[in-house]
Amino acid sequence: MAILLFFLFAALAVGSVFGMIVSRNQAYSALFLVLAFACLGGLYGLLGAPFMAVVQIIIYAGAIMVLFIFVIMMINLGEGISPEKKKWTIAAGVFMGLILLAEIVFAIKGAPAVPMIGREVAGTSPIEIGRLLFTKYLYPFEITSILIIAALVGAVVLVKKRDGE
Amino acid sequence: MIPAGYFFILSVVLFALGIIAFFLKRDLITQFMAIEIMLNAANLAFLALARSSNFLDAQVIVFFIITVAAAEAAIGLAIVLLIFRKKKTIKTEALNSMKG
Repeated sequence: MAILLFFLFAALAVGSVFGMIVSRNQAYSALFLVLAFACLGGLYGLLGAPFMAVVQIIIYAGAIMVLFIFVIMMINLGEGISPEKKKWTIAAGVFMGLILLAEIVFAIKGAPAVPMIGREVAGTSPIEIGRLLFTKYLYPFEITSILIIAALVGAVVLVKKRDGE
Repeated sequence: MIPAGYFFILSVVLFALGIIAFFLKRDLITQFMAIEIMLNAANLAFLALARSSNFLDAQVIVFFIITVAAAEAAIGLAIVLLIFRKKKTIKTEALNSMKG
């Protein structure tokens, strides 16, 4: 059952990333990406990380993609970006991507064997993550809040219209 | 039980697809989406390792990655908007003012 779900989610995720690459309309690309992120959330659930699955759905598929769609709406390119006219640049891009894929696969094969899942590990509850977050990772957690405030203020300052314009 | 290797393979494939999307797309917003795909592929690998070695800290790291990605999306999209206001386009080939 779990393996069926894995293949379903994996196929949907890879397929929707393909759709995002192929589609010319940016809004469709963004919606394909929402689907891919939702599938990744399902995969996180299969990996026994229900908290991360929920965070993925709420923050990625929810908040971040809504932000993308807002910006697409504001920019409103109309007919979208025409595809690349020179065929060789597409071929070069795909070729380099495949070389990178081969390199990573090669590197993983050469790495010391990762202990593959042999035993059943119980899913982790949000309680344990919260405990880690507020004990061992307390300082990174607090620094994250400063980072987010800095990012928000930075975004507002960047986009704000100046008086002269 | 699903072998962790399957998750690693999926993660690598998604990362490569993100790179390819970054190469093929020619507007800033879709390239930005490609970066998000790569981040998610890394998250998937982290969680697969967390599962296979029962190392809970990896989930916390993924939590931080998602938080930083949210901050990065806010700043990045603000920059895209700013470029659009200045240049009236977000096509990457139009942004060649640093070309010698």
